[in-house]
Amino acid sequence: MNWRLSDETLAALGESAVAGSNGAIDAFSVAFGEVTLTGQAARVVEALAFLRDDPAMKFHQLIDVCGADYPERARRFDVVYHLLSMTKNHRVRLKVQTDEDTPVPSVTAVYPAADWFEREAFDMYGIFFSGHPDLRRLLTDYGFHGHPLRKDFPMSGYVEVRYDDELRRVVYEPVKAVEYRSWDFLSPWEGADYAKPGAHGLPGDEKAGKGA
Amino acid sequence: MGIEVPALAGARAGVESYDPAKHDPYFDGISGELADKGFVVAAADDLITWARTGSLMFMSFGLACCAVEMMHSATPRYDLERYGFAPRGSPRQSDVMIVAGTLTNKMAPAMRKVYDQMPEPRYVISMGSCANGGGYYYFSYSVVRGCDRIVPVDIYIPGCPPTAEALVYGVLQLQKKIRRTGTIER
Repeated sequence: MNWRLSDETLAALGESAVAGSNGAIDAFSVAFGEVTLTGQAARVVEALAFLRDDPAMKFHQLIDVCGADYPERARRFDVVYHLLSMTKNHRVRLKVQTDEDTPVPSVTAVYPAADWFEREAFDMYGIFFSGHPDLRRLLTDYGFHGHPLRKDFPMSGYVEVRYDDELRRVVYEPVKAVEYRSWDFLSPWEGADYAKPGAHGLPGDEKAGKGA
Repeated sequence: MGIEVPALAGARAGVESYDPAKHDPYFDGISGELADKGFVVAAADDLITWARTGSLMFMSFGLACCAVEMMHSATPRYDLERYGFAPRGSPRQSDVMIVAGTLTNKMAPAMRKVYDQMPEPRYVISMGSCANGGGYYYFSYSVVRGCDRIVPVDIYIPGCPPTAEALVYGVLQLQKKIRRTGTIER
């Protein structure tokens, strides 16, 4: 049995979500067999409560809350909510935008499961959630500096640890042991021009057919 | 197929070219000595290191997928316990720590604490690429680039993850090292 819904069904779902949300959800799009709703950050609680409670929606399950970083945008972060309706067998994604300073209202009152997801998004991106009961870092080290999944976070971070025999404890030091490699090599799929249309072809092609 | 062991054959009895009449001369010597005099003379250091190699309790510091291979090596198929190499839940009763997996910055002080609780003589086996030198996560912001930055390591086992056989081999190497360098001096 094919569970994949047609694009028309998904569009109808998105349309009714936008229409019923009283303006909390701005727009929808359908791509790759999935519905994506876009909403306003300030009204995300209202939007999710509607998606959960409306008899046509019944998205009772929060699958994930995560962040996404687009540094080139003025409001650089997306907060993405993934919802599942077990009764309707629908899935939907709600995106809202925010920046480093503007908090997004916490949705823990609507979905208690959002608690740790929001902590993770705060940890990884530095997105603030107002009204969260306990907005601490979740995964990174105690006293960690920075937000690792931001695009401007250096890959190897700022500190590394080692055990200091004299101090008899694990100490933090600025990263210096990492031997960076040069990743600037020519990819055979991207940099090479012998395979482009109009080129002479692969090396050795000129030999083919000569003696035959 | 050089050697085939038929089903239900005794451990070595069915192996081709196995001759029960041929004994290891070393053990023959010991056996003769025992039968003759009733005792065997050995250096105390040798005896103690032999005893040590025969009862290495390991603190299983399973951190990632390597821990699964470590579990395999303790289960009946590889059965590390036949070398007296048995898992132990408490560092205070362990002789060896197997660092099996990715050691993160957050875990490093905890691991050092576990190591500090182990009584002397203590040994560390670093299992897998991540524990050996950061491995796959060498460039990561959150991973220690080798657990030897935190604790002194005796045996490094390569692999990602190493097979259970590799761990068994590493254990045998550790026993060899203890026999070679072990001493009762503190």
